[in-house]
Amino acid sequence: MSLQSTVADRRFAVDRQGLIRRLREVLPTPALLVEEEDMRPYDCDGLTAYRQLPLIVALPEDEAQVQAILAICHELRAPVVARGAATGLSGGAMPHPDGVLVSLAKLKKILRVDPVSRTAVVEPGVRNLAVSEAAAPHGLYYAPDPSSQIACTIGGNVAENSGGVHCLKYGLTVHNVMRVRGLTIEGEVVEFGNAALDAPGYDLLALVNGSEGLLAMITEVTVRLTPKPELAQVVIASFADVGKAGDAVASIIATGIIPAGLEMMDRKAIHAVEPYVNAGYDMDAEGILLCESDGTPEEVAEEIGRMVAVLENSGASGIRVSQNESERLRFWAGRKAAFPAVGRMTPDYLCMDGTIPRKRLAEMLQAIAGLSAKYGLRCANVFHAGDGNLHPLIMYDANQPGELDRAAAFGAEILELSVRFGGTITGEHGVGIEKIMLMAEQFTEAEIAAFHRLKAAFDEHGLLNPGKGVPTLARCREYTQARGGIAPAAPRY
Amino acid sequence: MDTLIGDWIGRIAEAARSGRPLAIRGGASKAFYGGPEQGEAFDVSAYRGIVAYEPTELVVTARAGTPLVELAAALAEEGQWLAFEPPHFGPAATVGGMLAAGLSGPRRQAVGAVRDFVLGVKVLTGLGEVLSFGGQVMKNVAGYDVARLMAGSLGTLGVVLEVSLKVLPLPVAERSLRFALDEATALARLNQWGGRPLPISASAWHDGVLTLRLSGAAAAVAAAQRELAGEALGDAEGEAFWDSLREQRHSFFAGDAPLWRLSLPSATSVQALGPTLIEWGGAQRWLRGGDPMGIRAAAAKAGGHATLFRGDQALKRSVGVFQPLTAPLARIHRHLKRAFDPQGVFNAGRMYPEF
Repeated sequence: MSLQSTVADRRFAVDRQGLIRRLREVLPTPALLVEEEDMRPYDCDGLTAYRQLPLIVALPEDEAQVQAILAICHELRAPVVARGAATGLSGGAMPHPDGVLVSLAKLKKILRVDPVSRTAVVEPGVRNLAVSEAAAPHGLYYAPDPSSQIACTIGGNVAENSGGVHCLKYGLTVHNVMRVRGLTIEGEVVEFGNAALDAPGYDLLALVNGSEGLLAMITEVTVRLTPKPELAQVVIASFADVGKAGDAVASIIATGIIPAGLEMMDRKAIHAVEPYVNAGYDMDAEGILLCESDGTPEEVAEEIGRMVAVLENSGASGIRVSQNESERLRFWAGRKAAFPAVGRMTPDYLCMDGTIPRKRLAEMLQAIAGLSAKYGLRCANVFHAGDGNLHPLIMYDANQPGELDRAAAFGAEILELSVRFGGTITGEHGVGIEKIMLMAEQFTEAEIAAFHRLKAAFDEHGLLNPGKGVPTLARCREYTQARGGIAPAAPRY
Repeated sequence: MDTLIGDWIGRIAEAARSGRPLAIRGGASKAFYGGPEQGEAFDVSAYRGIVAYEPTELVVTARAGTPLVELAAALAEEGQWLAFEPPHFGPAATVGGMLAAGLSGPRRQAVGAVRDFVLGVKVLTGLGEVLSFGGQVMKNVAGYDVARLMAGSLGTLGVVLEVSLKVLPLPVAERSLRFALDEATALARLNQWGGRPLPISASAWHDGVLTLRLSGAAAAVAAAQRELAGEALGDAEGEAFWDSLREQRHSFFAGDAPLWRLSLPSATSVQALGPTLIEWGGAQRWLRGGDPMGIRAAAAKAGGHATLFRGDQALKRSVGVFQPLTAPLARIHRHLKRAFDPQGVFNAGRMYPEF
């Protein structure tokens, strides 16, 4: 079964020429791409293994143009897929063959940075890092920092509820966004949340975060800004055994410390990264932990002391503490460059995103090693150890017949295991098309049906990003039957 | 399936058939909050107990009928707690009621609200289905975030059966400080301090006195205390003060005058709408009495909203408990209600009169 085909589970009878004619009435000529060679760059997101041309690409410049596009698409029952910087890793921004791909990249104004209320109001195409840069003169920053933060946009961050390496202490996107202004598929303006700490009625803001563009089109976001800590320091600990590194993570939490960041990399990931960025990682280690403390200088000194003691007691074979800001950034540069570093070692790779209870880490790494042998594919592991989010990077060559399928099967087994360990198939990258079949591993048919009813509460005709995020009930049955009729193995509490 | 839940599913089907709504009840400690209860009382407090608690995973899963005091005691044994300091409003308060009401205490501005700590729920819908959303891990973006949607939904979408919550270590050190300041100066200071990396975990201004609480590592609290100066409160005195705010036993909350909760952008200027108590760095302002329409209009103008937190039924009926929604949001609310409780079995009118 090709994952790609799920996006076309629902076809829409759209008259392309009629749609183009209507869109031309509301958009300037350069804002509409209709030739195949112009649309080609929009045929996929970061999940490059799966590509699909849309009917039309629209590049609106403001909310009014987005509104006009939606009203027309709603009237003509044409599907709409939103796209930011297309750094997503689950195919969430892959176009629909019968629909309009709406790039929000031109909505990139930072509308307001308010140092008194510690908020910034930005358009969806603003890059994550640009928000922190704009806030920096006030001693503030935007806390969620996905590894793609140089390129990824706030609109995409909201759609995916993106995480980052500091979310154990500072939260995910959903914890740092106060208000999302958007448009319904009908083209009506809606505001989820507000400039206060809560809003009346249901928490629709929480629903919209991570909804993968299935509920509304985002046109403006108010984010919370966080005071920059006076000081941050990171400890790197080497371990000769990944199990011990995993135990060290639990011990740190048990001591009552919530590190600002707590990351782990295995030997393959270290060996990919070190020659690439010279971060100073221990090439002899089986695993390393990066453990960060931030706060006042007094607080950091006290906490680093406690962290070092725990790491020593946990059997670390080497410990280094960053001595200045440039060394700290260098230590982190390795972790942040892990994906491109692995990309240098292999023609292609798939990045998995399961989350598991931390205590199952060693078991999971062992299982991954077994699967690596079974499928004959290499796999490097980077891990947001603090919050249990694992990113195995499965290396393959798409030009070798069958390798993509093997890599996908390898990944699916890891995610099935994540669910069985009491976790989830996706911690921060989203379901998109990549994990859509695996939703049937994690949820029952009744739960999937509830998701469809929820979606219909926002988008009656299912026009926003169809074929993503939630599988059809027919697909769920197909998945269950393919597995011998066994219903989801998820521990149901 | 638990026989208790089996019975409840029958009761829900019966309610759907007869058209007699059910009013979900846990400890009834927050029965005053929201629109008046309608229909038959549906006591769900018997479904209780902690299901799983792993201190090193920072996660606890409890059945909704578990008394909050029982949960707090279990967490305290491991040096952990619910960091958003949920108000109990009575010894019988339950985990389910805490989630349904979605109310957070003095630490809300510093750490987040109930919804920020919800990781997963098991819920019994108006269709009699037991559904699970979210889970027991910190990061989980599979499916829509129905677990957080349940926080503050006032039982209108279903009966919450179980909740998984993120827990945090108790702060190592705390210190409360007092400053004599007028309202405008207090608001300015709070917003100015809020932009700096200070370990402020709670704030309250009332009647010319600003009280701050510092929490965190001992060294950080001591350093902030030296810098901010102010008059230090004794540990017991400080704790009693924040408790009295969280539980609304403070003298400001006494008497029968309507109690309004204004949720505003923290930097909103002095509103002068009546006797005021400010919390959350300026973002939560309590008001006694006053003109309902004027209060709602002022809150909306400032970019926030006003809730009639406590008031008699006549006033609740005439002005509504919650700020009215815009037309598209009201429509989405009605549709969501229908998605989870199509027959309108649960907590009719508790949030908005239309459903």
